[in-house]
Amino acid sequence: MELTMTVNGQTRADEVEPRLLLVHYLRDACGLTGTNVGCDTSSCGACTVLLDGESVKSCTVLAVQAEGAAVTTIEGLATDGVLHPVQQAFQQEHGLQCGYCTPGMVLACVSLLAENPSPTEAEVRHGLEGNLCRCTGYHNIVRAVLRAAQ
Amino acid sequence: MSILGNRVVRVEDPKFLTTGGVYVDDVRDPRLAGAGWVTYVRSSLAAARITGIDTSAALDSPGVLAVYTGADVDDLEPIPPEVNGLNPTMLRPWLAHDVVRFVGEPVAAVVTVNRYQGEDAAELVSVDYEPMPVVVRTADALRDEVLLFPDAGTNVALRLDDGLDETLFADCEVVLTADIVNSKVAPAPLEARAAACAWGNDGRLTFWATTQNAQDSRDQLVEQLGLAPGAVHVITPDVGGGFGAKFGLSPEDAFLGWIARRLGRPVRWAETRSESLTAMGHGRAQEQTVTIGGRRDGTVLAYRLEIRQDVGAYPRMGGMLPELTRLMTSGVYDIARVESRAVSVVTNTAPTIAYRGAGRPEATAAIERAVDLFAAEIGMDPAAVRRRTLLPADAFPYTTAGGATYDSGDYATALDRVLAAAGYTELRAEQARRRAAGDPVQLGIGLSVYVEVTGSGDEVARIVVHADGGATVHTGTSPHGQGHATSWAMIASEHTGIPHERITVLHGDTDEVPVGGGTGGSRSLQLGGAAVGEAALTLVESARKTAADLLEADPGDLVLDRGAGRFTVAGDPGAGLTWAQLAAAAPEPLAAAGAFAAEATYPFGAHVAVVEVDTESGQVRLTRMITVDDAGRVLNPLIVEGQRHGGIAQGAAQALLEEVRYDDDGNPLTTTFADYAIVSAPDLPSFELVAMETPTPLNPLGAKGIGEAGTIGSTPAVQNAVVDALAPFGVRHLDMPASPERVWRAVQNAAER
Repeated sequence: MELTMTVNGQTRADEVEPRLLLVHYLRDACGLTGTNVGCDTSSCGACTVLLDGESVKSCTVLAVQAEGAAVTTIEGLATDGVLHPVQQAFQQEHGLQCGYCTPGMVLACVSLLAENPSPTEAEVRHGLEGNLCRCTGYHNIVRAVLRAAQ
Repeated sequence: MSILGNRVVRVEDPKFLTTGGVYVDDVRDPRLAGAGWVTYVRSSLAAARITGIDTSAALDSPGVLAVYTGADVDDLEPIPPEVNGLNPTMLRPWLAHDVVRFVGEPVAAVVTVNRYQGEDAAELVSVDYEPMPVVVRTADALRDEVLLFPDAGTNVALRLDDGLDETLFADCEVVLTADIVNSKVAPAPLEARAAACAWGNDGRLTFWATTQNAQDSRDQLVEQLGLAPGAVHVITPDVGGGFGAKFGLSPEDAFLGWIARRLGRPVRWAETRSESLTAMGHGRAQEQTVTIGGRRDGTVLAYRLEIRQDVGAYPRMGGMLPELTRLMTSGVYDIARVESRAVSVVTNTAPTIAYRGAGRPEATAAIERAVDLFAAEIGMDPAAVRRRTLLPADAFPYTTAGGATYDSGDYATALDRVLAAAGYTELRAEQARRRAAGDPVQLGIGLSVYVEVTGSGDEVARIVVHADGGATVHTGTSPHGQGHATSWAMIASEHTGIPHERITVLHGDTDEVPVGGGTGGSRSLQLGGAAVGEAALTLVESARKTAADLLEADPGDLVLDRGAGRFTVAGDPGAGLTWAQLAAAAPEPLAAAGAFAAEATYPFGAHVAVVEVDTESGQVRLTRMITVDDAGRVLNPLIVEGQRHGGIAQGAAQALLEEVRYDDDGNPLTTTFADYAIVSAPDLPSFELVAMETPTPLNPLGAKGIGEAGTIGSTPAVQNAVVDALAPFGVRHLDMPASPERVWRAVQNAAER
C-alpha cells in the first residue's frame, strides 16, 4: 500500500505491507531506531511516539493507520540541537540508566505534561503507568517530570 | 578540588535522550548486509517425546531460507551445565530432538528474509509430541520417581549437605520452624535477548551480543562452537538492562553462529517478550525451611537454613545459587550456632539463572523472616531483637561460620539511622491506633538488616591520551545502565586532570579489550574502577618521565597541575607541557595499563517498609520505603542513588507483585507483561534514602558494590511489613507476592479460626 506520513517534520511516501506495524516502519523504513520494542502486548511503552501530538504505542498501530499523520520520535524532539525541557530534566535527575525505555518514556512524559502542565507526584505516577522502566525504580523519572513541569 | 564524591550528571545521557542508544537490533553494519532473520520454534509442552517434525510447509513459505531441526546439528557437542560442580550428565541439546523438557525449549530454527516471514513460517513447522509425565514442583522432583535425565539416575543437580546437628536447638526455650518460598521471578530487562553475527572471509566470527560480559561470551562461543581461540570477535553495543540474566550467552544466542556458518550468510535474532518470559530463564526459585531458636529474653542461639533450589530444566547459573545463599546464611547476626544445607533439583520449567543478588537475597529473606517469627513468638519488638543480635561495630574484619570474611561494617548504626529517619516510634503509635480502632486499613511496618557479598576477583584497564588532549579508557567491565562512561572518566580525571568530558570509555569489544570480567555481582567499581585508578597513576608517572625528557628536566622537578592538565617544572611555571602537547610530542603512544585484584567486600544496610493493607479487599499499598545502603565510599551520589532506587524497586516488586507461575502441567501462566505483574510507577512511592558510608580497606576507592544491595534489603522489609500488618489476625507468615487474593484469604482464614 502507498503510505504518506510526516516523520519528525519531513514528509515521506513509501510502499508498505498492510500489516506493517508503525514501529517497524519507523525503525526499518525510516531508519529511526531510537524507538524500541519491549513487549508484544502494548504494556511497556518502549515504542511510544507522538502521533499528531498525542502519545501512542507504535507497536499497536499499523503504519497505514498513520496515513497523513505527523509522527514525532525521540530523534525529532530536540529543536536545533537544544534539548526539550523533558530531555534536559531526565539528564539532570538521572532519569535513565540503560536507556532502553527512555525514548518512549520521554515522549510519554511530553504528552503527559501537554495534558497536565502542573501534575502532582501521584498524577505523574498514574500517567506513566503504561511505560515500564526496569532500571530506575521510577523515582528519578518522576523527579524529572516534576522538574520539567516547573 | 576532587571530582570524586560529586553529583556529576552522566556524559552518556545526551545520546540516549536524542537518538536513543544503539542496541543489537539497531545495529546497521555492512557486515550484516543481507542477514537472515532467525525465529525459533519452541516446545508447547513441558515434557514430551518428539515423534516427528514436518518442516515441508514451512520450507514452502515465502521468504524462507532454511529450517533447521535437531537432526541437522550433527557437528556440535550438547551444552554442559553452565558452571562446574553441577551434575555433568544433565546435557542440553541445541535444538531438542529426542525429548523436550520445558515449554519454550527450542525445537527448530527458521531463517527467513525478514522478521514477519519468520513468524509465519514458524507457525507452519509441525511437531508431533507424545506427552510424558511432568515434574513442576521441587518436592516432586526430589522423589526421583520421574526423571528428567534418566541417564543421570536422579533429578539432583547439586547437593551441599554436611549433615545436620541434632543438638543445634537443644538449649533453646523457643524453637520455631517455617517453610517459606522465595518465589520465581522474571529478570525482564526491557531489551530482551537479541544477537547478530557474520562470518568474515578471514574465517572469524563477528558476534553482536546484548551481554554483561563480552570476553566470557567470546570464550563461550569458541568452546561451544568448537572454534580456534582468536576466531571470535564479540561486540557489545548498548545493552538494555541485564540484571544478571545476560551473564554469558544463552543457547539461542550462541546457536546463531552455527546457523550463520551452515547457511553461509549473516543472521540476526531478537526474541519477543513472550519468548523472553517463557525461555530466557527466571531468578530466585528457592524453597526454604528456616528454624530459629533462642531464649525468651530475645537472645537468638541457633539458626538453620535448608534450601531446595529449583534449577529448571537444564542446569545453568541457578543450580549454584545455594552456594551464595549458604555463604550468607547468618547475615548480619552474631548467632552462636548456624548451619545450612541445600539441594538443587531439575524441574520441567525454564532454567533458573542469575537475577539481581543471585543467592544473597534468598539468604537475607530467610533470616529476616526467621528473626521476625522469633520476635513475634516472644512478643518483642523486631527492632529490639535485631539490635541485640547484630554483630558489633568492633567485630570487623569478621569471619563467619560459613567462611565469609566481612571487611567492614556498622550494622547497629545503619539500623538506628533508618529507624530514626522512618520515625519508627511514631509509626508504631499510628499502628497501635489503627489496631485499637479496628481500622479496615491496617498499617504494617517491616524491617530488614542485611549484608551481602560483592566483587572478588580482578579487572584490567588501559588509558590512552590523544593528541587533542582527550583520552580513552579501555575497561573490562561492561556497563548496561550503571554509568561507567561517567564514573570511569571521573576516576581517570581525578588523577590526570584531563576533564572527565574529554575522556571516552571503551568496553565490550573483545578485539579492543581482550581481557575482562564484565559487569555483574556488583563488581565493577571496586575492581574495574580501581583498575582505572591504577592505570591513571601509572600513566601520570610515565608521562612525567616523558615530559622530563622533552623539557630536559629532572622528572623529580615535574609537577602535574591537575587543574590545568599540565606538567610544569618546579620553580619555572613558564616551562611545561599540557596532555595534548605531551601526546603529540611523545615518541611512543602516551598510554598505560592498570590492573586490580581484591577479595570480596560486604555492603550492608537496613530498610524500613511501610504498607497499608486493606483487610477487606486484600489490597496492599507500599506507602514508604526508607533505606540505608552502605556501599563504602560513594564516587558519584547521583549514580549510586540511582542504583539503590532500581534495586529497591525490583526487590519490593517481588514482595508485592511479581511472580512467575506454572500450572501443574508445566504450562507457564505469566508469558506477557499483561500477565506478569511487572512493577510500574503507581505501585511504588518515592524512596527515602539515608546516607551512610563505611569505607572498605580492600581497594583504594573505599568502595563496595551497590548494584544489588537495594534488592536484597527491600524484599524482606516489604514482606515483613505485610505480615506485620496482619499480625492482629494471627498471621505469622505469608509467602510472596502479597497479592490481594493471598492477603484476603489470610484475613478470612483468621476470621474462621
